[in-house]
Amino acid sequence: MLQLYQTQVRSHLMLGTARYPSPAVLADAVRAARAEVVTVSLRRESAGERAGQAFWALIRELGVRVLPNTAGCHSVKEAVTTAHMAREVFGTSWIKLEVIGEEDTLQPDVFGLVDAARSLCAEGFEVFPYTTEDLVVAERLLAAGCRVLMPWGAPIGSGRGLNNLFGLKALRAHFPEVPLVIDAGLGVPSHAAQALELGFDAVLINTAVAQARDPVQMAGAFAQAVEAGLAARAAGPIEARDFAVPSTPLPGTAFRG
Amino acid sequence: MKILVNGAWRETQAAELERALTELGYGASVVSTAVNGEFIAAAQRTRTLLAEGDRLEVLSPMQGG
Repeated sequence: MLQLYQTQVRSHLMLGTARYPSPAVLADAVRAARAEVVTVSLRRESAGERAGQAFWALIRELGVRVLPNTAGCHSVKEAVTTAHMAREVFGTSWIKLEVIGEEDTLQPDVFGLVDAARSLCAEGFEVFPYTTEDLVVAERLLAAGCRVLMPWGAPIGSGRGLNNLFGLKALRAHFPEVPLVIDAGLGVPSHAAQALELGFDAVLINTAVAQARDPVQMAGAFAQAVEAGLAARAAGPIEARDFAVPSTPLPGTAFRG
Repeated sequence: MKILVNGAWRETQAAELERALTELGYGASVVSTAVNGEFIAAAQRTRTLLAEGDRLEVLSPMQGG
């Protein structure tokens, strides 16, 4: 089970809801992923169009828990206000906190992130900060009251996988008790399996599923990869070595001696 | 008076936010509101007076990653 604040979920795969070819494909992908948590957002609603209302009805039908984000926010003020608006609309204190600092990489503004996290935690939010693998920033976020961290694998939508293995391993080793969810940048199921094998608690996938040729099939593939990675972690992977170690026992080898 | 609704100028006769939302066509929608960058909870809408040039944000659930 995965502990996220006061909530336990069975699935270690969270799914984003953006960029699917259609609402029906999104719904089928959520089912195929066996996701229990999906991310959602807030956008300006046109009075005539009411697109948001239809989307919200679809999500409620799926019976999943929602993790609203503050995507698109570039300042502490915007992120905090958006979090309050999300709490009211979605009826949850969970917030995936994003404060974007740079346009090319969508890298988090970690200074603003810590400020916003401090403010929101004090106001009773359960904050899931989208952060980098930086240990000091992680420490500050935990001191601000965060109980879950969401380090990036790679820039959002890039599909590059775990870009900084050294940094991510160090983060995992440094905070063994903190639920860590790899958020962003994963491209294929093997990236997700690798994250779980390294001891990360969960992954959040959006673009890699939504933009796949067959999003539903890809969602199922990610679900299998997450299960495999989790099982492998529990089974205790061997350490990598620089040189060969024979797997076939040497005693009794023919033609020797 | 004219207020800026989601980035577009709109005319409203409503003095307070709750009536303005109805007048602007958001009556039965699940939305959240902010005026001049400050979150206004649903329960506060009837008590929130609007003024010429106010910036109103009306947000609703949307797909997100």
